Amino acid sequence: MIAELGHFVLVLALVVALAQALVPLVFLRHEAGSETALSFATRAAYLQALLIAVSFAALTYAFVRSDFSLMVVFANSHAAKPMIYKIAGVWGNHEGSMLLWTLILAAYGAAFARTAKNLPARFSSYVMLSQGLLGSAFLSFLLFTSNPFARLLPAPFAGQGLTPILQDPALAAHPPLLYAGYVGFSMSFAFAIAALATAGEPQDGRDNNWARWMRPWILTAWIFLTLGIALGSYWAYYELGWGGFWFWDPVENASLMPWLAGTALLHSALVAETRDTLKRWTLLLAIVTFALSLSGTFLVRSGVLTSVHAFANDPERGIYILAILVGFTAGALALYAYRLPKLAPDGAFQPISREGLLLANNIFLATATVTVFVGTIYPLVLDGLGMGKISVGAPYFNAVFAPLSVPFAILLPLGPLLTWRQGHLAPLRAYLAMGAVAALLLTAILVLLRGAASIMVLALFAASFWLVLGASLDLCRKLSPHRAKLWRFWTLPSSAFSAPLAHGGLGVLMLGILAATQWREEIVVAASSGQEIDIASITLRYDGLREIDGPNYRAEQARLTYMTGQHAGRYLFPERRFYEAERSQTTEAAITTDLTGHLYAVVGETANDKRVLRIWYHPYVAFIWLGAVLMAAGGGFGLRTRLRRRA
Amino acid sequence: MIGRLLIVASLWLTPVLALDPGEALSDGALETRARALSQELRCLVCQNQSIDDSDAPLARDLRQMVRLRLVAGDSDAQIRAAVVERYGEFALFRPRLASHTAPLWAMPIVILLLGGFFGFRLMRQNTSTPLQ
Repeated sequence: MIAELGHFVLVLALVVALAQALVPLVFLRHEAGSETALSFATRAAYLQALLIAVSFAALTYAFVRSDFSLMVVFANSHAAKPMIYKIAGVWGNHEGSMLLWTLILAAYGAAFARTAKNLPARFSSYVMLSQGLLGSAFLSFLLFTSNPFARLLPAPFAGQGLTPILQDPALAAHPPLLYAGYVGFSMSFAFAIAALATAGEPQDGRDNNWARWMRPWILTAWIFLTLGIALGSYWAYYELGWGGFWFWDPVENASLMPWLAGTALLHSALVAETRDTLKRWTLLLAIVTFALSLSGTFLVRSGVLTSVHAFANDPERGIYILAILVGFTAGALALYAYRLPKLAPDGAFQPISREGLLLANNIFLATATVTVFVGTIYPLVLDGLGMGKISVGAPYFNAVFAPLSVPFAILLPLGPLLTWRQGHLAPLRAYLAMGAVAALLLTAILVLLRGAASIMVLALFAASFWLVLGASLDLCRKLSPHRAKLWRFWTLPSSAFSAPLAHGGLGVLMLGILAATQWREEIVVAASSGQEIDIASITLRYDGLREIDGPNYRAEQARLTYMTGQHAGRYLFPERRFYEAERSQTTEAAITTDLTGHLYAVVGETANDKRVLRIWYHPYVAFIWLGAVLMAAGGGFGLRTRLRRRA
Repeated sequence: MIGRLLIVASLWLTPVLALDPGEALSDGALETRARALSQELRCLVCQNQSIDDSDAPLARDLRQMVRLRLVAGDSDAQIRAAVVERYGEFALFRPRLASHTAPLWAMPIVILLLGGFFGFRLMRQNTSTPLQ
C-alpha cells in the first residue's frame, strides 16, 4: 500500500514537473507575465520536491521493513542486514539511485525557489523552467524504464542481500555526496539557459550579472563533488584490499570529468563576474560541465563500458538516458549559438593579470577534461569502427597527467598574487624567487633522504612544494592587514582563506599521491604463528587466527603484534569476512595511522598450513584525502564569503 | 557514476589480493621491472585490473611468464610484444603508438596548443581595444 502511494506521488511529481516547465513559458511571452510565471514555478518547485520526498520516504520504508514484495528490495536487501545498510540499500541499486538523483534535483530546485525573488523575475522563471524540464525527463525515465516500486508476486521470504563490499559506512554516504555534486551542476546549467534566454534584455533595470548569481551554486556542487570523489577513493583504498586509491576506471573518470570542467567553470565564472569578460566561454563551460555529469550517468547506466561496473546494463535505459543527454546538450548548444550575438562584448585585459592566469588555468583544465574524455571513449570508438580492441588504462593517463600537472602547478600560485586587468610581476619577484628556491631545496633534501628518482617525479615534487608555499604566501598576504586580531581567528574574513586552502590542498594532495606511489613498501609472506615480519623498519609478530561472529557475517580475524617502535605492544586485527546471505567474502584491512604513513595489513588464504599475510607501508597516503578536504574547505570559505556579502 | 559503489561487480567472490609468497624475484632490479611491466598488462578475465592487482589464475600465469622472460634476459619491449602476440593489443593498458592510436597520444598536445592559440588571440583582441 505504501509502495503504491510512493508510485502514485511519483506520477504526480512528473505532472507537476511538466507544468513547471511548460506553464511559465506561456506567461513569459509577455514582459508583464514574469511575476506570474515566477510565482507559478516557485509553487510547482516546492510541490515537486515534496512529492518526490514522499516517494523516496515510501521506498525507504519498504527497505527498512524488508518488504520483499518489491523487486528492488528483494534484489538488494536482506532482513539480517544492519539498519544503516538497509537504508543505504535504497540507493545501492539502479532504480533507487535514480530516485535519489531526482530527489536531489528537486531539492536544488526548491532551494533555488526560496531565493528566486532576489533575482529578476524573468531570469528566475527561466532557471526554474529549465529545472522543471530536467525533472520531467528524469521522472519519466524512472517511471517508464526503472520503476522502483515494481512488485514481485508471490513475495519471496528472503532477499538476495546487498553486495557485502558495499556494506560500509563510507559507501553509504558516497552516492548522496556524489549526486549532490553531479546534480548541483544542473543549477549552473539552468543559469546558463536563463542567461542566454534573457541576453540583451533589461532585467527590471538591474544588471544581468548571471555569473555572480551562478557562483554560489557552482561552489556548492563543486564542494559536494570533491568530497564525494574523495570519499569513494578512500573507500576503495581501505576496502579493496591492497591500498590503491585511484584506478582510472571509466566510472571514476566519469566523475572526474565534471569535476575538472566544474573547477574550470568555478574560475571562469569568477572572471565573468568581476571583470565582465570570458562570458561566452563561461556559458559554454556551464553547459559542458552538466553535459559531462549527464554522460557520467549515461556511461554507467547504459553499460557501454567494458568496466567492472556491469550490473546496470540495460539497453533500453541506456538509449533513454542517451536521448536525455543529447537532447539537453544539443538544445542548450543551439540556444547558445542562436543567442551568442546578443551577449555584450568581453572586456579588456593583459596577459600578465589575474584574468590571464585564470585563462591559462582554464586551458589546462580543459585539456585535462578532454584527455580523460577521449581516453575513456577511445577504445569504444575504435571498437565500434572495427579498428581493433585496445585498452587505455592508468599508465596512459599517468603519462599524460604528469607533464600537464607541472606547468599547471607552477602557474597556479601566481593568479591570486596578481591584480586584475594588468598585473605586475616585478614587486613579487623577491617572494617568487624565495618560493622557487625553497621548493627546489625541499626537493633536493628528499633526494638526499630517499634516493634519486626520475626527472618527472622530481619536477612534480618541486611543483607540489611550490604550490603549497605559494598558497601559504598568499594566505600571509591576505591576513597581514588583520594582524592585530589574528588570535580572534573567527573574525577574520573568510575570503582570505578560500583560494589559499583550495590551492594548498591541491599541493598537499599531489604530495600524497607522489609519496604513496614512489615510496610504497610491500611484503607478502606465508606465516606460521609466532613468526616475525619486518617492513619499513617495523617488526610485527603474527599471533594466529580466531573466528568471530558479526551481525550478518562470520569472520577469521588474524592478530599481529607490534614488536618495536612507538606502537610496541599494540595489535593489528585484519579480517576476512564471510557473508552467508550473499555467499561472498570481503577483506577488512587493519590500518595504523601515524605521522609518516599507514601500515596496512591484510590476511589472505591458507597455504601449506601457513597463513598468507600481505603487509604494505603507504607513506603519507592520508595527504591525498587531507588535500581533498582542504580543497573542499576552501570552497566552503568561498561560499561563506558569498552568503555573507548577500546578507 | 555511483563511482566506487559499482567498482566491485567482478570482485563479488574473491577480494583482490595479488602476488603470492615466493613469486617475487630475488634480484631487486629485475623485480622492479617486473612490477612496472605487470602494472601495464591487463588481466583479461577480470576487466580493468592489471595483472599486478589481480589474483586470477591467468594473471598469476602472466606474472610468472613476465618474470621467467626477464630472468632469461628479454627486454621490456620483447615481453610486451610477446603478450600482444598471444592476447592482442587489448592486454596493454598503455596503448602502443601506431597509426590507430596516434590521435589518442597527440590529442592532449593539440588541445593545449589550440587553447593557447585561442587564448592568446582573445587577449590580443582585448588589449587592442583600449583599457577604459
